[in-house]
Amino acid sequence: MTRALEGYIRPEITGTPFCPGCGHGSLMGTILRAIEDLGWDMDDMLFVSGIGCAGWIPSPHFNADTLHTLHGRAIAFATGAKLVNPDLRVMVIGGDGDLTSIGGNHLIHAARRNIDLTVICANNMIYGMTGGQAASTTPVGCFSSTTPQGNPYPPFDLCKLLEGAGARYVARFAITQPLELREAIKKALTLTGFTFVEAVSPCPTQFGRRNRIDQATGMIRYLQEHCLPKEEATGSEGPDKIITGEFVGA
Amino acid sequence: MSEATTQQVTASLPEGRYFFSGNEAVAEGALSAGCRFYGGYPITPSSEIMERMAARLPERGGVFIQMEDEIASIASVIGASWAGAKAMTATSGPGISLMQEGIGYAVFTETPCVIVDIQRAGPSTGQATKVGSGDIMQAKWGSHGDALPIALSPWSVQEMFDLTLQAFNLAERFRVPVYLMGEEATAHLREGIRVPERVEVVERNRGPGDPFGTDEPDGVPPMPAFGDGQKLLVTGSTHDRRGFRKTDDPETHRVLVERLHKKILNHAAEIIQMEAYHLEDARVGIVAYGFTARSALFAVNRLRKEGLPVGLLRLKTLWPFPYETVEALTGSLAHCLTFEMNMGQVSGEIQKVCRCPLSVTTQVNGTIISPLTIERKIREVLS
Repeated sequence: MTRALEGYIRPEITGTPFCPGCGHGSLMGTILRAIEDLGWDMDDMLFVSGIGCAGWIPSPHFNADTLHTLHGRAIAFATGAKLVNPDLRVMVIGGDGDLTSIGGNHLIHAARRNIDLTVICANNMIYGMTGGQAASTTPVGCFSSTTPQGNPYPPFDLCKLLEGAGARYVARFAITQPLELREAIKKALTLTGFTFVEAVSPCPTQFGRRNRIDQATGMIRYLQEHCLPKEEATGSEGPDKIITGEFVGA
Repeated sequence: MSEATTQQVTASLPEGRYFFSGNEAVAEGALSAGCRFYGGYPITPSSEIMERMAARLPERGGVFIQMEDEIASIASVIGASWAGAKAMTATSGPGISLMQEGIGYAVFTETPCVIVDIQRAGPSTGQATKVGSGDIMQAKWGSHGDALPIALSPWSVQEMFDLTLQAFNLAERFRVPVYLMGEEATAHLREGIRVPERVEVVERNRGPGDPFGTDEPDGVPPMPAFGDGQKLLVTGSTHDRRGFRKTDDPETHRVLVERLHKKILNHAAEIIQMEAYHLEDARVGIVAYGFTARSALFAVNRLRKEGLPVGLLRLKTLWPFPYETVEALTGSLAHCLTFEMNMGQVSGEIQKVCRCPLSVTTQVNGTIISPLTIERKIREVLS
């Protein structure tokens, strides 16, 4: 049973490059379980990623066509491939910095055009690979290597951004909600059009240790304490709350 | 190793003569070559290419998309190429600048694609509607690292058609981005051109085989497409023959970068094209390319009628640069002249191998170099 997903990983792969406590390995498993649930053939799938820790979730691990592109541009590469071969099931996997900062323009335009892509944004609220710099998703006041006095700028609410841009399906769950996340990914994959799932993922190495949540378990606890299902939200929550659920196309 | 294949196919229009602008001819050349994807962003003076492709490509079963910027345009082209389509974009200098990271990715991942650069007078926004040739060095050196794309230089509307077609063929044959270095003057010039009934097109080798390495140090590996079941592993990081990232291995990086150079340079004789006019007995020779070569030929023909020993070497391929030909030619000349609509970009390459005195004339005012300017300069040298 523990080797059930082995066929979804290239035979040459013996491990992942992710730090201890990183949520991306868990997200990788959740994505593959969603594909397994759907019974999809990996030969029909194309995984496109950019630069950053999350760009390594599919490349080189997934046993399918994988296109590891430039920082920020994965969605634009994916658009070309999907339009030429509509039979490909195309998933873009990237981090928050990759997809929503340097790649923000491509994200909103692909949503506006309703290109038939599923985009999974692994949001760890920080630039992990480059050493913990502030991202467009870093909460106000949080410390990073480029906000030593605390982040002065508010983050994007990615789900509101994508809703405004016209995405067909928009959901946010943390990797501490694996069952909901898996169902959201399945729904995103099966719906036609531009679908977006924000997967909040802990980064104890870069985010946690600068914000006094040094332990991997501390980051998990942080997510559990800060995530609030949208059904329970009153609208008067502070900016530190992470509202989860399906926001468009539920 | 199997090779790319050559086929005769029907051109995009019925055989005959057409009165086209250069930009229209580019679009028909691309369609005749089998282009199936265009991703682009509007920019003067190239936009007519995009507009014609928007109308014509869907008629021929292809896909047209106007992307949100030039960065996305080249990215979409690369994605389309890996999905199995012959793919292109067209832009001008500012767009080429934005595309450079993507073009470097295409070089490193060996992605066939065609990039049409309708050059205008730069730098920056410059004279957006006026002619220039300021992107020659950008085509070669614009991307970081040692990339080696191919660049072609058309001088007529007919060649906007012919060389666009050849650009696709070279891209497919060598798995490399190929630039068509057009100029505003040729792009907006209207001339009669002949579209043949059939054209020769190259189809890429889709494998099987390792997609990123060959046993030969200068080989072109096969390129399967997404969806072929090959579980392709494409990355812009240093990769081994199968595509696995090997960013810490000095040897993998060296072998890859050197092969990407050798696959072009060792096949330079197959790639490089040029034309010689009256050079057999010339004492004074001009080396020119693009629209400027038209003026140069006009001037040379006039002076030849007076019996003056002048000739012209017209470069159709700018990268890889024909150093050997230029070296041999200048060894037999008393004087070499160049004329460029930039501050001497190609002249610098000629200088590297020139074996006779070299006079460089540059003109960066957004107008073409007139035959009279060239004629006067030649007379100066001969007097």
